[in-house]
Amino acid sequence: MVPLGAYVGLGLFMFTMGMIGVMIRRNPIVIFMCIELMLNAVNLTFLAFARYGPVTPAKAVVGTIPHNVLQTAMSGQVIVIFVMAVAAAEVAVGLGIIMAIFRLRQSIDIDEMSLLRG
Amino acid sequence: MPPSDELAKLTIFGALAGIAALAAVGVVVSPNAVRSALCLIANFFALAFLYFTLNAELLGITQVIVYTGAIMVLFLFVIMLLNLGAAHLLREPPDLLKKAIGILLGLVLFGMIGSQVLRPLATITATTSPDDYGSPQAVGRALFTTYVWPFEVASVLLLIGIVGSIMLAKRKI
Repeated sequence: MVPLGAYVGLGLFMFTMGMIGVMIRRNPIVIFMCIELMLNAVNLTFLAFARYGPVTPAKAVVGTIPHNVLQTAMSGQVIVIFVMAVAAAEVAVGLGIIMAIFRLRQSIDIDEMSLLRG
Repeated sequence: MPPSDELAKLTIFGALAGIAALAAVGVVVSPNAVRSALCLIANFFALAFLYFTLNAELLGITQVIVYTGAIMVLFLFVIMLLNLGAAHLLREPPDLLKKAIGILLGLVLFGMIGSQVLRPLATITATTSPDDYGSPQAVGRALFTTYVWPFEVASVLLLIGIVGSIMLAKRKI
């Protein structure tokens, strides 16, 4: 089987690429894409841990499956669904903000947006 | 499990992970925003198939529908909308210092987390969850029994997102 470390390593690589992209890119749309990349890296990690399960021994057994194994498997998937919902809402609002800024200033360069600088 | 089956699984994982990693690099380095979006779509597709290799069928299909189907269409839509009026706005002037610092910090993060986390996890190969844990029945049962309250909160969040984006996008209500 593929080791758990391979999935986690891929997730870590994608997260790192997303973080580098957020830091070095100036186009807010690409920055949004990099945030999506980071969210997906975390999703992959959640699902990998849901599949490979907890390494601690189980306390209770439901049917033939240990209780904490089932709980890890299900909660890992459910939180991925919530991350997807949050990502969808975030993209809708964020792209709306970008459109509003573009209408206001005719420019979307992230380095020129310094209204909140102290 | 026979060794040929294991080799096949490793090969499939390697191919999908390679596509995902290359596409992730492409999102960051390509100067054109449309090309970044297309790389991101490739990445999301590879991730959906990786979810299938983890037996999470429902989430793999959801990944294709929600990310590549809805979110990326929204991205491309906004890119096209901005490109119509001003093509020069999406170009970026080069900034070598910022790039060097960003790549350095990224390498530091990768090395720091990787050195602590990856080695103990590299030996874990046994899957513990039941094989049908990702089926729609199993996920739906968990979602509507144990996690029904956060599920409803997520739907309220989506509603707020819809209302908020309409408020932002409209000039006059």
